[in-house]
Order: sequence, then C-alpha cells, then structure tokens
Amino acid sequence: MSCGMDGDLDLRAGLTRRGLLTGAAGAAATFILTACGPKRLYEAPKEQLKKAVADLEKEYKERTGVDVSVADTPPIPGVVFAYALDISRCVGCRRCVYACVDENNQSRDPQIHWIKVLSMNKEDGVDLTHSDPYYQPATVPEEGRFYMPVACQQCRNAPCTKVCPTGATWTEKDGIVVVDYDWCIGCRYCMAACPYGARHFNWAEPEIPKAEINPKTHVLGNRPRRAGVVEKCTFCIQRVRNGRYPACVEVCPTGSRKFGNLLDPESEIRYIIEHKRVLVLKEELNTMPKFFYFYGT
Amino acid sequence: MRTVRLFSRFVWGSGELVLRGNRLYWGWMFFLLALIAWGLLAFVGQVRGGLVVTAMRDQVSWGFYIGNFTFLVGVAAAAVVLVIPAYVYDWKPIRQLVVYGELLAVSAIIMCLLFVLVDIGRPDRFWHLLPPLGHLNFPQSILAWDVLVLNIYFLLNLTVVTHILYRAFTGRPYVKKLVVPLVLLSIPMAVGIHTVTAFLYNGLAARPYWNSSILAPQFLASAFCSGPAILLFVLQLLRKFTRFEIADEAIWKIAELMAYAMFLNLFLHGAEAFKEYYSGTQHLLYTRYWYQGIGGHTTLVPYAWSALTLNVLAFALFIVPSLRRHPVILNIGCFATYAGCYIEKGMGLIIPGLTPDALGEIYEYAPTLTELRVAAGIFAFGFLVFTLMLKVAVPISLGEFQIDRTGGGEALERAESA
Repeated sequence: MSCGMDGDLDLRAGLTRRGLLTGAAGAAATFILTACGPKRLYEAPKEQLKKAVADLEKEYKERTGVDVSVADTPPIPGVVFAYALDISRCVGCRRCVYACVDENNQSRDPQIHWIKVLSMNKEDGVDLTHSDPYYQPATVPEEGRFYMPVACQQCRNAPCTKVCPTGATWTEKDGIVVVDYDWCIGCRYCMAACPYGARHFNWAEPEIPKAEINPKTHVLGNRPRRAGVVEKCTFCIQRVRNGRYPACVEVCPTGSRKFGNLLDPESEIRYIIEHKRVLVLKEELNTMPKFFYFYGT
Repeated sequence: MRTVRLFSRFVWGSGELVLRGNRLYWGWMFFLLALIAWGLLAFVGQVRGGLVVTAMRDQVSWGFYIGNFTFLVGVAAAAVVLVIPAYVYDWKPIRQLVVYGELLAVSAIIMCLLFVLVDIGRPDRFWHLLPPLGHLNFPQSILAWDVLVLNIYFLLNLTVVTHILYRAFTGRPYVKKLVVPLVLLSIPMAVGIHTVTAFLYNGLAARPYWNSSILAPQFLASAFCSGPAILLFVLQLLRKFTRFEIADEAIWKIAELMAYAMFLNLFLHGAEAFKEYYSGTQHLLYTRYWYQGIGGHTTLVPYAWSALTLNVLAFALFIVPSLRRHPVILNIGCFATYAGCYIEKGMGLIIPGLTPDALGEIYEYAPTLTELRVAAGIFAFGFLVFTLMLKVAVPISLGEFQIDRTGGGEALERAESA
C-alpha cells in the first residue's frame, strides 16, 4: 500500500516531517477504513455478510429493544418472481397498503407507503394524469371509478439501478430490485429516474412504535431503515424467498393480486400472462416490468 | 528545495495579502462570513432533523439545491467564453482577463460540489463515491461521469491559474508548453461539464420535460450568458477599485458574445415550446406547469415570465452596439442576463421536470427558509473564495506582489490598494 511518501523529500526539513506524518496517518486511516469499513452488500463475501447481519441484529436490539432477526436468504435457483394485478377486481380498499406498511417496517411518522392506489375514471381508462391517489369516500368501490395500485414494477431494464452513482441498488438473481441501505448516500437520482414513483426517501428519522416492529426481516428488505436513504418494495423478499406470498397478496380480500415464478410454465402467473389481456405501465419506456396488470373478467 | 522555499513564500505572502485591506474589504468579508454562519446553522438543523426541513418530498425529490448546482455548473464554464477568443484567435484585450474567468470557474465548482453535498441524505457517506474506498458506478451512472468531469475541470483550472500566478509572482513568464495545452483542453472540458450535467437529466425517460435532445445545447447557451454576466460585474469592480486597467473594448466584446449566446438560448427555448404546444401531447403538461400553471397550481408562473422577460430584455440591450457600450445599460443588461438565467435554471429546470410527478400528482414545491439560508451560505462561501483569490491575483497581475528575481532577498513588495 502506498503511504504518500515521496523519494525526493528532504527528511531534515520540519515541513517534510509533518508531510511524512500526515502521509502515514492518511495511509493508516485508509487501511482502517478499507479493512473495517462497510462494503456493499452486493459484493460482500459470505462470512462478511454473516458478520454484517449479526452486527445489524445487535444494533437493532440496542436501538429498539426488539429482538429483530435479519436473514440473508439467497435467491432460489431457477426462480424469477413476477406479479399480476387484476384491475377489474380491485375495489380500492387499500388493505394492501397497510399490510405492506406493517410487514415491511415502513415509517409511520413521517408516513411512507410503498403501494399507492390510484383511483381512475372508468370512462378515461388507464390515465395517470387524471388519477387521484387521495380518494376518501365512505365506501369503496365508487360508482364509475376503478383502482390501480402501483408499487415497484421490478423492471428487467431498471432505470433506477442504472443511474445509482455508488452501485447501492441492483437487481437480484430472482429479479427483485433491492437497495443497500448502508451504502446509499441519499442522492435520490434513482427517484428522478423511476417512472413509477416507486422509490421513497426517508426525509426524517423513521418512527415505528416498538410494538409494531416486524422482527422477521431480511438484510435487503424490511429491516429498519435510517433517515437519509431510499427504500422500495422488494416483493416481500423476506417472505417470498421462503416460499410465502407477499403480504399484499395474502391480505387482498378480492384475490386481485397474483404472484409466482415466471420461469415455471405451470405457475398461475404464466397462465395469466398467456391467457388474459395483460398490460404493463408506460410500456413505451421499455423498462420491461415484471409487474403485470390484467383484466380477469 | 529552492522551489519549495519560493512557493511557501508565495503562499505566506498571499496569506499576508488577504489579511490586509481597507474598511470596505473587511465589511464585505464580515458580511460574507455572517451569511456563511447563518447558512451553516441552517445546515446543522437540516443534518439533525433530516431533509424534511426542506420542501422536497417524494413527488418533487430534487429542488432548489440541485437547481443552483445546475446553474453554477453553467457559471463554471464562463472561463471558456474568454479562453476561446483569447487563445484560438489570439485576441489580446481579452487575454489578460482569462485568469479571472478561471478563478471564477474554480469558485463556481466549489459551490457546485457544496450544493450536491447539502442535497444528499447522508453527506457523511460521500466517500462511497470514491474508489478504492468506495464504488463509483462508472460508466453506467451519468452522476458518476459528472463527479469525474467536474473534479477534472476543477483541478485543470486550479493548476493553470496557480501556475500563471506563481510564475508571475516569481517574475518569470508562464511555461507555454504547459499552459497552452491545458487551456486548450479546458475548452472541450467546459463544454463537457455542461453536456454531462445536461445528460444527467436528459437521460431520464421517466421525465419527459428533460428527455428532450435540445436540453444539452440549451444548457450551453444559457451558461455562456450567465457566466460572463458575473464576470463583467467583477471586471468593472476591479477597474474601479484597483489600478487594474481593463479595456472597454474587452468588456464590449464579452457583452457582444453574450448577446449571441442569449439569442441561441431564446431560440432553443422557443423551439422546445413550439414542439410541446403544437404537438400538444400529454408531455405538454410540464411545460404548461412552468408557463401557465395547471388548474390552480400556479406557483412557478411568475418565475417563468420574469425569466423570459429578463432574457429578452438582456438580448435586446446587448445586440445593439450603442446600448451595450453605455455604462449603465451594460450593467442593466448584465443583471437581466444573470437574473433571467438564474431563475430559468434554479426554478425552471428541476421543478417542472418533476411536476406533475411520475404518477400524475401535482405537489407544488417552493423552497423553505432553510433551503434559502443554506443556499445563501454556499453562495457567500463561493464569493469569499473568489474574493480571496482576487486579492492575491490582482496585485500579481499588476506586478505589485512579486518576489525579488534572485529569490533570496526580502524584497517583497505588497499591494497597498484594497
């Protein structure tokens, strides 16, 4: 390792001695930072990942007083996850929104919602410019309206991962776009790049009542976040890699939400794509979402 | 060894120079320091409370800070407007001013980097961008490109001005073999920092307002107006407060170049507006939000029309030779150019690009007091750096601050003027 020493320097001069000391201190600091400092989870070797996960569990215990488990479950070989949502069934009840908040430890104050449900006019069809995310009728569904929940579309050609200057966000082998919360610098370039408003920023220190913390977490998913970093839907990575459905699929009272393995020809998701009228949002942008909207009836 | 001693004398002498000045100088310094402190306090509050103290939200995730950053990248290219005629056409009256353009570029880049630093959520993690400690997502991320070109441009200008001034200090001419290639390189680099910064927005298909190929040329055009506008103010002040002689001819020439740049700027804006309004697709929304507002959402409309009015005024004043030669009108024109371009970039580029947001929601952004204070602090810091550099550069150019040619003696003449 270079320590900034220059062969030409005259050791007798006071200035040079100081230069040498500064160089040595710099080199030492560099070494310490390189050796012990956090590295991207993307490239962390197994042992380092294990250690990072253990450190996180300890940190969460100290900070929240809750025994939070942090899993590092890897992708399942031969699996690429995809999602389908039946626009003709969704009634806009927003149960998915809140199930997601509970499952994924989203901040309650300030509020962060990974799913946004848009209310649209049936006469206009899918038209984002005239959609309303703040609809508040006494009961849903409303006459003449239909609903379109939007979260991360898990693009195959994701603009968000491409623009990240530090490589803090990437697509996993099972197709899930994840964020390394300990590497993100909070520049929000990914938020500008996302055509679906799927990325959310922790504008303040996130707050969750102790009793509401979900202790079963994944290192790339729902583990508690800090202020100043970006977060997003991960298809409930902590669930789906263990063979469970995402929380929003489970909670949906109308069965509008479908989820499965895109590579399995027998899966429900493949049946829907092959037999129903399917659309993806903003197709012209060539983001190639793995989130499909369809008309079941 | 002799070089080290000479250079430390240069640094030491410069230190002494900036600590000497009249009442006006110190008044200006304290004013800047007060602004810096005021901004710093706001920034401390922002670090403690999070970016929630700004008006930015998920819908409009970039605002005033990034707008200022973009504007200042433009200012940083000011030097190039002077460099081109000075070196390529060997146009003497401007040649002596090139150093000041480069000093302005150095200060502007410092401000740019500060604006990025205050905008990010975790400024303590900025080193994540710096290999080998961090990881720079190059060449995928245009932000990674921007980090690179801005820093190279910064070092380039710093090297050239330090060399020229240091050599003048030691009473020797600058090394042509070093300076000329570096100066010539700074021309494409200035175009480069601009283009890359424009591509930062341009490359995002999610934002139709930015995703237009006219963006980069328009950036360049407006930069070549706003940068020289500041420089013209500075040159006139120098002429007034120091013995520094700047030919009227040089100032008029710069004003003339600004008029052409402003014409291009207006033309490109017009071309964009035509395409948006005539084709009238859904993408028109963003342009409409800027010029007309959408429904009751009209926060930006006054900004849009003042920017346009100021820019047209500046063009009209500078294209007529007799007007731009009039000392008062010249300054009105400079002010109009500066203000017009500042509003156009500061408010008119980032915010309409994000309003309505990706899902069609309209969140009306307007900067909070914290954002204004932090921005004022950064501008004050930039002006402070610029003032200090001028305090050294001017006496050197005038031959008032120069070491004895033999290098051994104590014959250190100092500038007596402010």
